Amino acid sequence: MSVQAPVLEALTILIAEDSAADLLLLSTIVRRQGHQVLTATNGAEAVEVFTRERPHLVLMDALMPVMDGFEAARRIKQLAGEALVPLIFLTSLRESEALAQCLDAGGDDFLAKPYNPVILAAKINAMDRLRRLQATVLQQRDLIAKHHEYLLHEQRVAKAVFDKVAHSGCINAAPNIRYLQSPYALFNGDLLLAAYTPSGDMHVLLGDFTGHGLPAAVGAMPLAEVFYGMTAKGYGLAQTLREMNAKLKRILPADMFCCATLLCLSTQRRAVEVWNGGMPEGYVHEVATGKRTPLMSRHLPLGVLSAEQFDDRTEVWPVALGDRVFLLSDGVLDTADANEQLFGAERLLQVFAANREPDRLFEDIEQALAAFRGQVRDDISMVEITLQAGQSLRATGPLYADSGQSCPLDWSVSFEFRADTLKRYDPLPYLLQLLLEIHGLREQSGALYSVMAELYSNALEHGVLGLDSRLKRDAEGFAQYYRLRNERLTHLDTGFVRVHVQVVPTDTGGTLSLRVEDSGQGFDVERVLARPPDIDRLSGRGLSLVRQLSSAVGWSDGGRSVCVEFCWKALA
Amino acid sequence: MIDVHMDPQVLAGLQEVMEGEYPRLLDTFLHDSEERVKALRTARGDTQALRQIAHSFKGSSGNLGAVRLALLCQRLEMASAGDIGGLVDQIDREFAVVRAMYEGELRRVFVG
Repeated sequence: MSVQAPVLEALTILIAEDSAADLLLLSTIVRRQGHQVLTATNGAEAVEVFTRERPHLVLMDALMPVMDGFEAARRIKQLAGEALVPLIFLTSLRESEALAQCLDAGGDDFLAKPYNPVILAAKINAMDRLRRLQATVLQQRDLIAKHHEYLLHEQRVAKAVFDKVAHSGCINAAPNIRYLQSPYALFNGDLLLAAYTPSGDMHVLLGDFTGHGLPAAVGAMPLAEVFYGMTAKGYGLAQTLREMNAKLKRILPADMFCCATLLCLSTQRRAVEVWNGGMPEGYVHEVATGKRTPLMSRHLPLGVLSAEQFDDRTEVWPVALGDRVFLLSDGVLDTADANEQLFGAERLLQVFAANREPDRLFEDIEQALAAFRGQVRDDISMVEITLQAGQSLRATGPLYADSGQSCPLDWSVSFEFRADTLKRYDPLPYLLQLLLEIHGLREQSGALYSVMAELYSNALEHGVLGLDSRLKRDAEGFAQYYRLRNERLTHLDTGFVRVHVQVVPTDTGGTLSLRVEDSGQGFDVERVLARPPDIDRLSGRGLSLVRQLSSAVGWSDGGRSVCVEFCWKALA
Repeated sequence: MIDVHMDPQVLAGLQEVMEGEYPRLLDTFLHDSEERVKALRTARGDTQALRQIAHSFKGSSGNLGAVRLALLCQRLEMASAGDIGGLVDQIDREFAVVRAMYEGELRRVFVG
């Protein structure tokens, strides 16, 4: 009789048996098989030894004095908890009822008397395999739970960081922005940013990175940095888009990119400028007429094309006070019902049409989505911006941290921007940075930027490009104006805009003279200035704004040269 | 099989398993069994106690190859009250035979 079945690893085995001969026999067999043996002669003792020694496996006689095997088995199983401690009943019981009782008490197997050492060894090995399997499963479960916890922690931290970055603009502070973003939409790659330009325009970006999870969210950081940095410095959409595209193209892997709509909403110009690369159509909602103009995707997403191929052309639409611009992520349109049918733009337009209270539009859309799908999705983003009057001009104070001791106060500089430069370069952010070296002007940075922007665009559009501002009188002409602007700029090969800056100290502070000249035809200054200032018309606001914001304005050279002054008092 | 007092095949297997411990196993069995036979006599009136002792005794005598003794214990475990007295007496007598034979086996082992 061979009893030396291969043993995987020496186990500690508790044998509980009240018959001295059986105990001796069994202990010897088990020990010969390479295991360490603990013994007990009744149930109570077995529980005690188990508690103290935590053996790997238990061989338990069913009928014993003091505490029988069933009760002892129940207690031991309870003590073992989640770990599998195999328990084999030693029994000469034959009745199925008694065997069932063994299983009920937590027994994993039986060994019938008289003992057969070969079968015993095989059973011990089989039970040991189960025990190891269970231990591995528990270990892996705990490991998975730990990883999961770790991952959630990382996501929470990442979300906190991203929230700080993504919401460092005016998305929460601006009274005219309403948005709805699912808490973890960021981890579906959705990004919503908003910030003011120095002249009080608002830039808004709704982006959607390819992919899901953390990888989809990593691109958000550099994109937000570029967006906030360039918006605050006064860069226009085209430059900001070029920079964002170049940065994403450089840092993202080839299969990752970002669909995005970037827009500039200007109360001052009563216009919204839009670039849409791969996002669903947004809408401009004219409150007066109820008309909705779709903001179509005209471009490839950010991060796809090289800098040479990238197209930064934008579209400009007129907006009146109270008009709304609505943007949404594809999570809204791609919501599928039980039959894999998509919600789609058609149904969205029906919701628009049925909407009676404009302020409840989001809720109406959410309800429609929920009714369509049967449950609410957690990856939708929507934003609505209303054009409001009187957005204050902002000082860009927090951007600067120098003491002011080295501030230059007596200098002048002249620039001439020629055709090729006018086509592709916006000198305003650079000029603004230069002028903000003068500490006394920082308080007025918003006004300064607005005036510079107005004078520069007048010189470029009406002077160099020869566009008539009266075109902008109605919506159709407005669109035509911007079409012509793009067209003429593309084909421009002569002409210039000159900017002269003169800074002189005075007894009380200093004066900045800013002269802007252009190569255009000039205009009848007196006649234009005599027009009644019409605030709500699409044209004619520029000059009144300039006159309102600067200390002095004067035209010369038949309207081809304009000079404004800004004064400041010395800092205390 | 029913008349087998001591199964030599079982004992051969036990000797192989136990090696040097074999005599101690036989000795333990004899002492343990003596206790149980005494306990059976004492418990004559207590059916529940008798059954439990019989069950346990059946297990160890079965393991040690005392086939007839194990069979008698099994009968006692199942017996109705009227048969108990007779069975206890039979077990008593059978153990006397078993003891003599196992003591003989012990001597055989020691003598070699």
